[in-house]
Amino acid sequence: MALQSLDIVRRSATTTPEPDIRIPVGTREVAKLIDTTKCIGCKACQVACMEWNDLRDGIGTNIGQYQNPHDLSDSTWTLMRFAEVENTKGDLEWLIRKDGCMHCADPGCLKACPSPGAIVQYANGIVDFHEENCIGCGYCVTGCPFDIPRISKKDKKAYKCTLCSDRVAVGLEPACIKSCPTGALVFGTKDDMKLHAAERIEDLRSRGFEQAGLYDPPGVGGTHVMYVLHHADQPQLYSDLPKDPQISPMVRVWKGFAKPLALATVALTALAGFFHYVRVGPDETDDHDEAAAQAMADKPEKAP
Amino acid sequence: MSDAPSAGTTGPQHLPMIVRYTAGQRTNHWIVALAFVLAALSGLALFHPAVFWLSTLFGGGPWDRILHPFIGLLMCVAFAFYAAGIAAQNRMEPRDWAWLRQISDVISNREERLPEVGRYNAGQKLVFYVAVLCLIGLLLSGIVIWRAYFAQYFPIGGIRLASVLHALCAFVLICTIIVHIYAAIWVKGSIRAMIRGTVTPGWVWKHHRAWFRELTRATHPRPRPD
Repeated sequence: MALQSLDIVRRSATTTPEPDIRIPVGTREVAKLIDTTKCIGCKACQVACMEWNDLRDGIGTNIGQYQNPHDLSDSTWTLMRFAEVENTKGDLEWLIRKDGCMHCADPGCLKACPSPGAIVQYANGIVDFHEENCIGCGYCVTGCPFDIPRISKKDKKAYKCTLCSDRVAVGLEPACIKSCPTGALVFGTKDDMKLHAAERIEDLRSRGFEQAGLYDPPGVGGTHVMYVLHHADQPQLYSDLPKDPQISPMVRVWKGFAKPLALATVALTALAGFFHYVRVGPDETDDHDEAAAQAMADKPEKAP
Repeated sequence: MSDAPSAGTTGPQHLPMIVRYTAGQRTNHWIVALAFVLAALSGLALFHPAVFWLSTLFGGGPWDRILHPFIGLLMCVAFAFYAAGIAAQNRMEPRDWAWLRQISDVISNREERLPEVGRYNAGQKLVFYVAVLCLIGLLLSGIVIWRAYFAQYFPIGGIRLASVLHALCAFVLICTIIVHIYAAIWVKGSIRAMIRGTVTPGWVWKHHRAWFRELTRATHPRPRPD
């Protein structure tokens, strides 16, 4: 979803500077804040996402859970994940988390992507897939610390939440935000969202949730989708939200220093051959060698 | 095919030309070579953005991604046949290690100082082993990261590891094959051996003397020692 009205600060598989002469004075980084403590699991956000993005996932099967569909897919970009957790007092806690792209400041998908411009990061922090440039290799899946991108079986392109970049670009809030009936989803500048989260956390702590906190993991440079969690010390309770997500060291090596180093070594190997030829020259066979071969053939019994 | 000098063509000193590679081996070699070049170019396109343009040679990014694994499979299968045919002649022998220790004589064209070489020299044998290991590595890791068919059956940690291994094996193989190609350009007569199949007796005498002794013993009218 290429949008010229949003400024691109990072582009996949691109080694030259981005077109960034414009300085967006008013536009600061945006963020979606998901307050899991206010979420009632109504799935209005899932429906709004389907509606706005014209997505219709296939009808699945009921396996006795509220979670439906069971997983993110090429046509389910956000999903309420329902976790039933027994706390230390023996009570049940129903921890519901709206899952989807976290829009990392340091996106693993963008780092891994080999196709120029298939993944971009806008100045406002949104990480967007430009499917017309996607080649379907799935490296974004390999790079993502949150298991978000999905390759479509239909067109072999990668899909995920766009944070409604098309809506945000024209001053609207994302569709999911618009639909939330409890105010669990809010959207604004990242600074404002942090302030709002701080108020919520203070309130939660005053009501006994000592470990309430904000999920804005520093391992990926912070995210542009943040959570308020009742148990910020145990994010994994929320359907395996990673505690300290980072771009895997494997991906860092593979799409980091290995790239230029390997390419340079390949080029140097070829150059070494060229200069060997120039300096030492070819190894040729001449008439003396043929004569020596003839002589040896005449006396084959001669010991080596 | 026999290793014995073939009738028909004659070398400069009236000794017949020597068959080094049969038509079958040559065909097999060039299928591997062609697949290697295509796999390397399409793979490099996905490795570093500086050479993403190579994907244009294959019809663009998506076609590059679609074709690369199939080309790789073709290379592995063709190489398996080729390697099976020459594996026995590529066992490292004591004289090969001595040859490697004198690598400075090798690269300075001081061939007369080197130990005698059989059908393949130690460098060629190392290329053989590196190719075998790298292609096994590329095949296994390539299956793990083949998104269209197999990646969904492997855990994400395995896919990440396989991605790194795939790149590493490809890197080692590409560098090795560059050396292999250069050696063929450097040692005159080698390219003819793999295109026409034959080499002159003087070429064998100079570069593979132990093999030359075997051949001359074999053509002499007395029982072979083995």
